[in-house]
Amino acid sequence: MALRLHRVDSRPVIQLEQVTKTYPKASRPSLDNVSVSIEKGEFVFFIGPSGSGKSTIIKLLLHEVSPNKGRVIVNSKDVTSMRSWKRPHFRRSIGCVFQDFRLLPNRTAYENVAFALEVIGKTKAVARRVVPEVLELVGLGGKEHRYPHELSGGEQQRVAVARAFVNRPLILLADEPTGNLDPDTSIEIMRLLDRINRTGTTVVMVTHDSNIVNQMRRRVVEIESGRIVRDQARGVYG
Amino acid sequence: MRVKYVLSEVLVGLWRNVTMTVAMIITMAVSLTMLGASGLIYTKVADMKQLYFDNIQVSIFLEKEASEQQVADIRTKLEGDPLVREVNYVDKDEAYKRFQEMFRDSPDLLSVVKAEQLPQSFRVNLVNPEEYKAISEQYSTVEGVDQVVDQSRVLDKIFDLFTAGQNIALVAAIAMAVAALLLVANTIQVAAYSKRREVAVMKLVGASNWFIQAPFVLEAVVAGLIGSVVGLFALIGLKKFLFDGALSALQGLFAPVSWGEVFVTFPVMAGVGALISAVTAWVTLRFYLRV
Repeated sequence: MALRLHRVDSRPVIQLEQVTKTYPKASRPSLDNVSVSIEKGEFVFFIGPSGSGKSTIIKLLLHEVSPNKGRVIVNSKDVTSMRSWKRPHFRRSIGCVFQDFRLLPNRTAYENVAFALEVIGKTKAVARRVVPEVLELVGLGGKEHRYPHELSGGEQQRVAVARAFVNRPLILLADEPTGNLDPDTSIEIMRLLDRINRTGTTVVMVTHDSNIVNQMRRRVVEIESGRIVRDQARGVYG
Repeated sequence: MRVKYVLSEVLVGLWRNVTMTVAMIITMAVSLTMLGASGLIYTKVADMKQLYFDNIQVSIFLEKEASEQQVADIRTKLEGDPLVREVNYVDKDEAYKRFQEMFRDSPDLLSVVKAEQLPQSFRVNLVNPEEYKAISEQYSTVEGVDQVVDQSRVLDKIFDLFTAGQNIALVAAIAMAVAALLLVANTIQVAAYSKRREVAVMKLVGASNWFIQAPFVLEAVVAGLIGSVVGLFALIGLKKFLFDGALSALQGLFAPVSWGEVFVTFPVMAGVGALISAVTAWVTLRFYLRV
């Protein structure tokens, strides 16, 4: 009882409860009985070698895959039991950034961000008001009408961050966002994610970029072979 | 705004893959034309059966030397028969008149045939024309009866022909429908592939499933509807040039096909075309987009 009260008070925005995920045909689980709790406004790194299961966490949080055992609770909703038709609405509270940016090549920076708004039913008027603002925030003021191929890798990732953040999500998931960027550009992207975190958005970042983890000095959860081997409040990379 | 977006996506989609779109429309049109034709033949055959069977007669031809007593006996038997609705006696003179009428274009034949050479007969309308066999069995052995001839047996052969035509049209309709279905499935796959980046982003940012699927499904439905319109024109052409044109000589034989009946088939064709396209597209998306 006391434990439960404690939970309610601290309001974790993400909670994994004894989660096991084994992919079909896999010999061993990607995540093996993992429990993690992330509070609102936290900045958390998930680190570990390739294939350790850290990307599976992102997929679970997006409800892209379901766990075999355990519960995934995001924003006090049990994702495990969520019906698939509720997933679109649920995803609107989560922003997501990937290593490969995933921008639409035939749309400008402005259009890429506006697209994310328009397909969830926001009007063009809303987009006209919000998009320049968020592009300014990520430091792309003046480059709204460039196409992705006219932007550098770092700038493209900024567009991706703008798209993920334009809807003011509660959570920003970043799956190796600096994987394709040089160290200097990576640090700029990290500054941007830090700024977004300071607005109250919870940031969960999967990475194996030790430099960045060491510089940021944020909470580090290390995963190895599907198990949490370290969970440190102001950690460094291994 | 969203409606405008969806519609523009549909048009772009149809244009992007215009050869497939045309193939889809043509197969859909042929299939639906066959379906419409089959439906029309079906209703026509039913109409004609009604029409013919109401007027159909069994002819009981009597021996030329049948006595008056024998004729009177047969008449009494027929009039008391529960299977019989109406009896008409055709004597030699009446038969000759009909003969003259029938062969008025062959005076040579008329000149050699005399009234006495023609058999007198009873023309019998049955309560139920299908019960010809019972009548035939009962009366062919009666004294004075030469033979019992049933018109419906000849008609049945004609109707068998129509039914065969209808079945062929139906089979062709189904075969073309399968082809159309596969084309729709393929078109949707190609469309989904060419829009995979957009779809991935839409799924990521939480666009609703219907919003992701609607352009694809509508793309197929629009092609299906265009196909049904083309099919309607094909049916109009069939009526105008084949039925009212080349086959107009046989108009007495066929029940006429009215314009109303042609146009009534359109909603059916459009409905079937749209439904097949929509369901195929939707099922394809289930497998292909996993939304």
